[in-house]
Amino acid sequence: MQLILESLFNGVAIGSVLLVAALGLAIVFGLMGVINLAHGELMMLGAYSTYITQLIFKQVSFLKPFYDSYVIVAIGIAFLVSGTVGILLERTVIRRLYGSPLETLLATWGVSLILQQFVRSVPLAYGSGLVIALFFGLFSPLFISDDLLLGAKGKLIRACTWGFSALLGVATGGILSSLVSKLSRASARNVDVTAPAWMRGGIDFVGITFPKTRLLIILITVISVLVVIFFLDKTAWGIRIRAVTQNRPMSDCLGISTETVDIITFGIGSGLAGVAGVAVSLLGSVGPNVGGNYIVGCFMVVVLGGVGNLLGTILASFSIGIMTDLIGAGRLLTIWPDMPTPLYSTIDFFATTSMARVMIFALIVIFLQFRPTGMFPQKGRMVES
Amino acid sequence: MSIFSTKKSWINLTIWVLIIALIIAAPSVLPVFRLNLLGRYLSLAIVALGVDLIWGFTGMLSLGQGIFFAIGGYCAAMFLQLNSAGEFPNAIPEFFGLYGVEKLPFFWEPFKSSIFTLISIWLLPAIIAGLLGYLVFRNRIKGVYFSILTQAALLVFFNFFNGQQKLINGTNGLKTDVTQLFGQMVGSEIMQRWFFWISAILVILAWFFARWIVRDRFGNILIGIRDDEARVRFTGYNPVIFKTIIFSIAGGLAGVSGALYTVQSGIVSPQFMTVPFSIEMVIWVAVGGRGTLLGAILGAVLINYAKSLVSEALPASWMFIQGGLFILVVTALPEGVLGWIRKGGPKKLLFLIGINKKLETYPSLEVNEQGEVKS
Repeated sequence: MQLILESLFNGVAIGSVLLVAALGLAIVFGLMGVINLAHGELMMLGAYSTYITQLIFKQVSFLKPFYDSYVIVAIGIAFLVSGTVGILLERTVIRRLYGSPLETLLATWGVSLILQQFVRSVPLAYGSGLVIALFFGLFSPLFISDDLLLGAKGKLIRACTWGFSALLGVATGGILSSLVSKLSRASARNVDVTAPAWMRGGIDFVGITFPKTRLLIILITVISVLVVIFFLDKTAWGIRIRAVTQNRPMSDCLGISTETVDIITFGIGSGLAGVAGVAVSLLGSVGPNVGGNYIVGCFMVVVLGGVGNLLGTILASFSIGIMTDLIGAGRLLTIWPDMPTPLYSTIDFFATTSMARVMIFALIVIFLQFRPTGMFPQKGRMVES
Repeated sequence: MSIFSTKKSWINLTIWVLIIALIIAAPSVLPVFRLNLLGRYLSLAIVALGVDLIWGFTGMLSLGQGIFFAIGGYCAAMFLQLNSAGEFPNAIPEFFGLYGVEKLPFFWEPFKSSIFTLISIWLLPAIIAGLLGYLVFRNRIKGVYFSILTQAALLVFFNFFNGQQKLINGTNGLKTDVTQLFGQMVGSEIMQRWFFWISAILVILAWFFARWIVRDRFGNILIGIRDDEARVRFTGYNPVIFKTIIFSIAGGLAGVSGALYTVQSGIVSPQFMTVPFSIEMVIWVAVGGRGTLLGAILGAVLINYAKSLVSEALPASWMFIQGGLFILVVTALPEGVLGWIRKGGPKKLLFLIGINKKLETYPSLEVNEQGEVKS
């Protein structure tokens, strides 16, 4: 019993990281049919945001008393950082490629290469300055009335907001690099995020120790999923997003601005990648390649779960998580010690994390033989779908 | 009518003579290091041809060609290791001793034969590709789903090969440059020269082979699948068979390419199966021009040459350039460079800048050699 509970907990913990990472990917894929290979790098940006937030809380004197709560602040910052970069990506690259998903795949791969090298060769302080400039540049027009923007001097006003944001970005970069010396030099080395004191250790319950970081990650995941479900089901924009997911031309005809829907969806999807990045940064060290370790798992979740249904995404991530733990940690052997020898040796052969991936891939391919479009396929009568 | 009666045939003949002369002369002109690089890039052109067949002509974007590439490489490397293992304990390759393996694993046994190896270099990857492809295509999985599945398969094979020290030396891979073939070291200058010539000849043969495939009715069906698969199916063809065959042909080409690349780079390791490498193969084709076989070859050779030159000069900037290249080609030149030229891109560019004035006042007519208007 205890064994099963422990295994279940580990599986859920692995699955929840996968889920929060795959959530954004699934929403974007469902809406636009776009696979974002830069999703892992958006996670990486989220992880670096956590690192930067932590350093700022450590160095700046008036934030020091609140050091313990930096993780919660980091979640918000990571969401905004990844969301901003995601929106920029949508506006500049992906927008031109709607209707050709394979090309999008290649273009986003190019973006991911650039982001990786960017983190390696640009000091983090100036990198965050650039993100802040982008953030204000992209969002400040929302707070200026339309009369001004569309008026005779609209272009001038827009140019002014961009200039102002650029100044703000340069200032942030300068201040950060002078305040925190670790951020002022470019480095390709991995960095470590240290969890605050209240997150170390574990909680003992029925004889099992539950690590607190894992519990926090599960909590983050649950909250993210609930917020996303609430957003998609109850808010006006959420309903519009679902409408466009179901039938884009018809929604367009009915007066929904599909362009805005695309921006919002991509922003939220990328932001969720940032939140996943916070979770990832708590689990291990953060480097330019950190996203790559998770991205294929996320793809498998999307393939297994099917498109346009959050329940599929949730079930798929937890089943992959639990399977990874059952096979990879060799838990089947401890749960059922006296199984027949050929089966025993087979399972023993697959009882490492990397071999568990091999097994899970085989299982997914077998599953797809019966349900080619995932657990919850979208119903339709099109030949192509 | 003799084949040399038209001007075009003479130009073709001249080009071929030039190419052959270049291939024969290259070893005496280029330094050994550059020659070796060129030979490697020529072998990569073969895998690019395969990618072009499945992506450019059939519309399936595989991100997992590295699997077949590496398997071809492993076949060749194991043959070389087995045949130079005489002086090691148990007469098996040295690395087995490190992990306490005393008997050769049974599936390596046939690789002692050179004929078996020469066949398995292309047949084994082709069979694996066909099997994997059939399981996927059977369910009408296509588009992005197919790409993701191939990428996942790539990662799975990478993990598998990485973890099997006792069978294939895991992460360290198999070295070939210190092995013997025909009484010569494989890494020696004279062998490398021969490998260069073999690569060059095989590129040409692979090009003829690919051209033969796409010029026939078979090729028409492939293009049909790319442009409208549902319609091909409704016309009475079964796309699954065609897709499986072409995917396994591409796998076989990848295997040949991997074997040639291995003997010229001196090692095969799971690094051949990393995700970036397989995506790079796609970008060679994308830049050169997908749907044009020559474009795939030129793209593979030129981009890799540019890569080695840039990485020697500015190591950090290649990632930026490569990333930018991906975005640029996909957004601005979706047909690739060769496709752009063939569609009259340079003329349009000159026209845009204002150097070249448009002369025709009527839509231009296409005329064949006899001066008749093509319908």
